Amino acid sequence: MNLWVLRGLRDGVVTTRWPRRADEYADSWRGPVTVTAGANAPDAAALCPTGAITAADGWVRLDQGKCVLCGRCVAQRPDVFAWSAGATGPGAAALARQALVVPQAPETDEAVEAARAALAERTAALRRSVHVRHVDAGSDGSEEWEIQALLGPVYDIQRLGVFFTASPRHADVLLVTGAGTAGMAGPLRTTYEGMPDPRVVIAAGADAASGGLLGEQLTGVAGTVPVDVWVPGSPPSPFGILNALLIATGKLR
Amino acid sequence: MTITSTEPSVIALWDTLAARIDRGDRFAGLFAVPRNGAVMLSAQVATSGSVDTLEAALPSGAAGYPALTPRVGAAFWYERVIHDETGIVPEGHPRLAPLIRPGNPEDHALPRHVAGYGLFTIPHGPVRSGVFESMEYLVETPGEAIPHLNMRIFYKHRGIAARFTGMTVADGVLLAERAEGIASVAHTLAFCHAVEAIADCEIPREAALVRVVHAELERIANHLDVAMRLADAAGLAVATARFALHKERVLRLVSALCGSRFGRGVVVPGGVSAFPRKRPAEILGDIGKLERQVTADADTLMATSSFLDRLRGTGPLLPGRAREHGALGPIGKASGYADDARVARPYDAYPLLDAGPVAQHSAGDAMARLRVRFDEIAQAFHFIKQALSDFPERTRLTLQAPCPPADGRAVGWAEAPQGEVLYDVTLDEGRIARCQPRSASFHNLVLMHEVFAGDILTDFPFIEASFGLSVAGAAL
Repeated sequence: MNLWVLRGLRDGVVTTRWPRRADEYADSWRGPVTVTAGANAPDAAALCPTGAITAADGWVRLDQGKCVLCGRCVAQRPDVFAWSAGATGPGAAALARQALVVPQAPETDEAVEAARAALAERTAALRRSVHVRHVDAGSDGSEEWEIQALLGPVYDIQRLGVFFTASPRHADVLLVTGAGTAGMAGPLRTTYEGMPDPRVVIAAGADAASGGLLGEQLTGVAGTVPVDVWVPGSPPSPFGILNALLIATGKLR
Repeated sequence: MTITSTEPSVIALWDTLAARIDRGDRFAGLFAVPRNGAVMLSAQVATSGSVDTLEAALPSGAAGYPALTPRVGAAFWYERVIHDETGIVPEGHPRLAPLIRPGNPEDHALPRHVAGYGLFTIPHGPVRSGVFESMEYLVETPGEAIPHLNMRIFYKHRGIAARFTGMTVADGVLLAERAEGIASVAHTLAFCHAVEAIADCEIPREAALVRVVHAELERIANHLDVAMRLADAAGLAVATARFALHKERVLRLVSALCGSRFGRGVVVPGGVSAFPRKRPAEILGDIGKLERQVTADADTLMATSSFLDRLRGTGPLLPGRAREHGALGPIGKASGYADDARVARPYDAYPLLDAGPVAQHSAGDAMARLRVRFDEIAQAFHFIKQALSDFPERTRLTLQAPCPPADGRAVGWAEAPQGEVLYDVTLDEGRIARCQPRSASFHNLVLMHEVFAGDILTDFPFIEASFGLSVAGAAL
């Protein structure tokens, strides 16, 4: 039995130092697809399986909330599309749905700043320690693995004062995954209503933001609960989810 | 090759099916297929070497047909899905409650299957404590024992099969990757095998080797996840952390090879999209290190008596029932019923590789299931090492064989960590006319009904974790 004590010491400290120090894995992560500035490619929209790319007036925009990271556009038109680097940072979570559309429209900045101010006011009491309730609203299962990873020794979110809780009554943050199935609309709503104010909702992944590949029949979770923070990715990486949790509670900007 | 045969009537179909199952074939699925205004019942039967499809048309406008479930119990959930999706009634089916469509809320009253003094039902889910996928368990209990269990998976039904219709093959690959996200590689393999069978395309040997590497890494990650959950259920904090660490290392290795932690974007019809971003020798080094670390912790776990006490005799699936149901993957293997698609119906590079010695298990309890998973992890390392050692020089590699979309229908299969995945794909004018995925999670989850022999509420997390299934794959 005591063997486990020794085994626990075998690899030393494996926990990331992020966000205090940079993390190599987080920085080398292949992030969401972006559009090189000012690209003009009217036929680019046809490349995307989820309709994330629009080319109104010839100007290409890409909605990272719909992007499932298949990379088809980057492979076909490397002159217009590129992978962004890094799993964290300001581009890895959005405080307004339209902020996931790149390049951002000029009015997006104002909306994001307004959302940030409103969120900061609401969550001033949450800066020290928060409890998170996760709800799966029709994910493919991979998002749950990435959230589960946060509880493991590598990410170890307890060190940042973030804890998962069983009861919505104890929760400050609602972390939602999945495309928003009909069956989960009721339970998701009930969970949200069971949480005390102030509460923050994070939609993790392209499925939760837009339904992803299922976008024709399911449209994400925003119609059921009011989303504060959006995380792109299919699935988002553990660092991406961690980043969003810290932004949602005002621990990171 | 997959053979499709049409029977004159539903009864004739059931007779043929029953005769083949008596001969030792395995019932692998039953679906309702709309075709030319009529509805076909389409059954899949796994034999050594192939998966056959047997069909019979329902009379036009038929509101029902004689149910298969009374003759072949494994059809229990399949016929509930047929009822959910088409409204056609399998007459004589023992319990036609909604399974993947929510149905009417008035049908959602707590079912009572056992009666007696002090019996009550615990509704557990769909929002459960911890980070779990959404499903609901209805546990009927007098307080400790679990005489009956019901499962509701419709909360997560996303309509994957319907979404396939009309997609291009390339988009179909992306959807297959997301049908059961923790078994992305296996689902994509099964889908691509069907497409390649239709196009009569043979993939290059080196692409087949890359496929094996990714499929086996996915298996290792899934089995480590099960070990982690079991250790967590037993409250072994260090063991839980160790297996979580190993799993994270595997996912990071996968992302170093292809950019995705779940092996997405690797498998495409005709081969693979890219070769691993690391040299085979480097990967072999990583794999060797990983194997030593995992094996040492697995050995320690299997020598931790307080842990084994919780697994021994817990949630036993009787060998007779496993054979009768055609239990897939590790659940079947732990009960002495091994029908591994990699061995019985080998694909990709598996015919070239040595499977190594395979231990036999028949206890059928949670401990046997964990032993099977640790055996499979060792076997997966063995496969990966062979595949990488066999890898030809970088200068003369072919990624893909041409696989032009042809019209036709075929069944593709692959062995996911949870067991065999089947894809019945019909292509028409380069697009998917119909695609019916069948995951091992769906086929196996129904068995959880019958493994609570004498087990009590505190055994529940062990039994659930030892099954190692995905709700996304079951509800699709």
